[in-house]
Order: sequence, then C-alpha cells, then structure tokens
Amino acid sequence: MDALEAVVRLAWLVGAAGFVIGLMQMNSPATARNGNLLSAGGMAIAIGGTAVLLAARGEAGLTSWIIIVAGIALGGGLGLYTARTVKMTAMPQLVSLFNAVGGGAAALIAIDDYIRLANVQTFAPGNAIPLEISIPTVLDVVIGSITFTGSLIASGKLMGLIPGKPIRVPGGQLVTLALAAITAVAAMYLWLGNVSVPILFVIIAASLTFGVTMVLPIGGADMPVVISLLNSFTGTAVAMAGFVIGNDVLIIAGALVGASGAILTKLMADAMNRSVINIMIGGFGGGEGTVAAGGPEGGTVRSLGVDDAAIQLAYAQNVIIVPGYGLAVAQAQHAVRELAEQLESRGVNVSYAIHPVAGRMPGHMNVLLAEANVPYPQLREMEDINPEFERADVALVVGANDVTNPAARRSGTPVSGMPILDVDHARSIIVIKRSMGRGYAGIDNELYVNPKTGMLFADAKQGLADLVAAVKAL
Amino acid sequence: MSTELLAALTVFVLAILCGFAVISKVPATLHTPLMSGANSIHGIVLVGSMVIAASATDPLSQILSFVAVAFATMNVVGGYVVTDRMLQMFKRKPAAPKPAAAGAGEAPKA
Repeated sequence: MDALEAVVRLAWLVGAAGFVIGLMQMNSPATARNGNLLSAGGMAIAIGGTAVLLAARGEAGLTSWIIIVAGIALGGGLGLYTARTVKMTAMPQLVSLFNAVGGGAAALIAIDDYIRLANVQTFAPGNAIPLEISIPTVLDVVIGSITFTGSLIASGKLMGLIPGKPIRVPGGQLVTLALAAITAVAAMYLWLGNVSVPILFVIIAASLTFGVTMVLPIGGADMPVVISLLNSFTGTAVAMAGFVIGNDVLIIAGALVGASGAILTKLMADAMNRSVINIMIGGFGGGEGTVAAGGPEGGTVRSLGVDDAAIQLAYAQNVIIVPGYGLAVAQAQHAVRELAEQLESRGVNVSYAIHPVAGRMPGHMNVLLAEANVPYPQLREMEDINPEFERADVALVVGANDVTNPAARRSGTPVSGMPILDVDHARSIIVIKRSMGRGYAGIDNELYVNPKTGMLFADAKQGLADLVAAVKAL
Repeated sequence: MSTELLAALTVFVLAILCGFAVISKVPATLHTPLMSGANSIHGIVLVGSMVIAASATDPLSQILSFVAVAFATMNVVGGYVVTDRMLQMFKRKPAAPKPAAAGAGEAPKA
C-alpha cells in the first residue's frame, strides 16, 4: 500500500465514521438535519477520495473518465431535479425509486465483475472463480435484482401507476417457490466451481421476476414496511458488492444500512401488530372470515351534516384531530391546518394525535403536517395523547380507520393487540370518511357505530374545506 | 480463508452490530427521514461503480458501469437532498401565534 492509497483508505474511513455519527444524530429532531449533512459530507469525502485515487493511478483511460463524468452528471441531475421538485406527499415513492436504483447499481457491479472473471477464465481455463468471490457475487445479484424490481413496483403502487390493492399473481405461491428453486439450483451450480454467464443471467431473470411477484400481492398500506425492508436489502447488496470488489467502505456502509433497515422494518411492523413475514406473505384482510369476533354486532351509524359538525367543533374547549392515511391520500394537510387555525382563533385548543403508523410511513404524517406549517408542539405521539382523549370535547378523525378501532382491545380480531388511539374516550367523535368502506384490516370499525360518533361522509379535503367555510360562517 | 476475507468479515459483522445499536434509539417521528437518510448512505455504491468504470475496457463493461454510476449518483444526490428537505420541516417554527395560554393541547417538546 503506497502513501496515496493509505490516504484514500483513511478518507473512506472518515466517510464511514460520518455515516455512523450522522445516523446517531438523526435520533433527535434538533440534531437530525446536522446528522444528514454530516453523512453527506462523509459521502463527499469518500467519493472525492476515490476520484483522486483513480486519477493518480492513471488506470482509467479517457473513455472511463467520460463514463464516470457523464454518469455522475446524468444521475446527479435526475436525482437533484426529482428530489427538489417532488411534493412532500409523493416523497415515499421517490425514496423507493432511489432505493431501486441503488440496488440496481449494486447488482450491476457484481454482474460486470463476474462477466470479466468469466472472460479471463475462457482464456485460461481451469481457474475456477473462488467461493469467496462467487458467494457474494450471487448474493449481490439476487438481492440487488429483487430490490430493483420490488422497489419499482412499490413506488408504482404509491404513485397509483399500479393499483394499490393486493394483486394476486396467478399461481401465487407456486410461482414464488419455483423462482426460489430455480435461483437456488443455479446458485449451487455456480458455487460448485462452474463458470457460466448464461446461468448468471438465469439467476438475474428469476430474481427480477421474484421482486415483482413478491411486492404485487401486498396492499398499498403495507408499502412502508416493504420499502423499509427493500432498503435493508439494498444495504446488504451493497455490502456484498464490497466483498466482490474488495472494498471496505462498501461493506461498512452496506452493513450499516442493512442492519438499520432491518430494525426499522421490525419497528414499523410491530406498530401495526404484524409480523414482517405475514406482510410478505400478503395475507390479512383477504376474507379469512375473522370478522370482529364477539364484538357488538350491527348498531346504527349516525350521519352528521357539515353545519352540525362545525358547531360542535367551534364551541368545544379541546379538540383532538386524528389524521390518517385518507388525509395523506387526499393531500388534505393544508385544509386541516386551516380548520385548526379557524378553531384556534375562536379559543379552541387543538392538538393532533399521531399514530406511529399514520400516513404512509412512520413519521410521514409529521412531515406532511409540518409542511403545512402546523406547529411542531401540536403534534402529539400516541402514548402522550391517549390519556387526554378523556378531556377532549371532540375527536375529529380524518381518514384514519384501523388505528382507532376499539376492537383492537379485545382478542380474536385481526387488529387485536395493535396499539390504538383512544378516540372512543372523547366526549364526541366526528369521523370524516368517504364511505363506510373498511380499512386495511378488512373489518368494520366499531367506533362508527358508537352512539357518540357522527359520520361526515366526504372526501377528506372537501370535507375539511366545507368545515372551514361553515366555521367561518358561524 | 484469506486474511483479507477475514478482515472484511470482521468489519461486516461489526458494522451490522453498529447499525442495530444506532437505530434502535430513534423515535417514531423520525423514522421516515431516517429511512431516507439510510437510503442515501447505500449510495456509497457509487465508489464501487467508479472503480469498475475505471477499469472497463470492453463495450459491455462500459455500458454496465455507466448505468451503475448513473444509478448510484441518483441514489446519493437525490437521497441526501430529499432527506434534507424532510428534515428542514422539523425546524422549530418561530412560535406560531397561539391564542389562549398553553392548555391541554400543548406539550413541552424539544
């Protein structure tokens, strides 16, 4: 190792340290932004160091430099443009898209490396590719390909290009099993010392298809968990790419993301009281006949007019707003802030109850409401606000369903054990909802037949706008 | 097993443990920005993409490495910019005018 390589390796180490410290600083809202900048700084040092090393070595010809510069210009331009212009409501699908290309890049590194090794082998037969290369190569290609198509499908579902509802793949589990079997056999063939580019492409094709069939049957509401899982996959693929080309900084950063993504995925799934495996299998709500066992059956639903709802809200002392998935879909975050401001100008205390999985990702609701200039202290987390529902005159539920279902407190229902917001403890409840349609869990919400509940049937955005007008007119 | 492989495996395992330790402390509110932040970090794959581009001589290799560099850069640049945009929103707003003294709806949050 010469002095230059030592310096560049140290630069990579600095970059890796930046990633770890950056992630640590993202623990608290106060230092989170710094943390991200630190992480970005580490990335810049690592990439700059690599460029210096390549330039000093003189291994890269003119064509190589053109490839690198043009690739950076194209990718950087696209990334910058989309990241700058995306609406905050559309942000999860963009993160998924960035995840897809990251996984794709990791897979391409291993594919390229393997083809080169195979070429060398053609000229000098007998030199089998060692296991310490072929194992990470296959893992990188498999994981990277799955994450590439899987993330694209997840992104497409969130964008509405692909229907968000679960899509049954014909043959379902059989197709999945077949793909897994093909991949396993092909991988074994390569690991046994055979060198074959066509077989590698069989693995690529099977993995790309697997990514599609894995995500298609999963419903839109579960996409956060899926994106997080695929994020973890990409990290792992990048670490494998690090093993393939013998680069420590890829291994460190990839493993860091692989582990963090896994933890995050588990936290999200826990908040929904589901196991990651259940989500990936795609069951739940598929008409398993587990309708609210032992709960109060039937009951009447009381429909509420806009003016009645406005009066209840305007003359209340404490109002708690419960925003959910429906609010994010209708992009009603500005409308809800307007209503809250109207109410506050009348002396009503307004706060927001944020369920850990409200919106499309944990924390997504906070970001949406912050974008609409809702003061941060008004956003309250579940454990924090639940005792306060007792004192709330009105709980206004906007597009949230399963996270408010009291059935979760009993056993034997699909939502049992899921932590919920104690909306039913409020003195009265107003639910803005388009129809009596079921939530993701596929069961009726007992909250809606509660005598204290009035249903305001409307699109979240329109309903809120009508309420604002009605409150103003009082 | 070569010394290099052993060293790489050591680094791999320690980095995994490091990832577990760092993430388990993050509050739910920051999960989305955090996922996005972690997403940008795996953009480090750009370093690997540059390395393979540097030694690419045949057309196939050149095409593969070009796509890899473009993909990875998109991951890096887009990831950090969008994460920063999310986090900007957590900045404390200069106390929006509040009618009535801090009541039941207020929480002393950092």
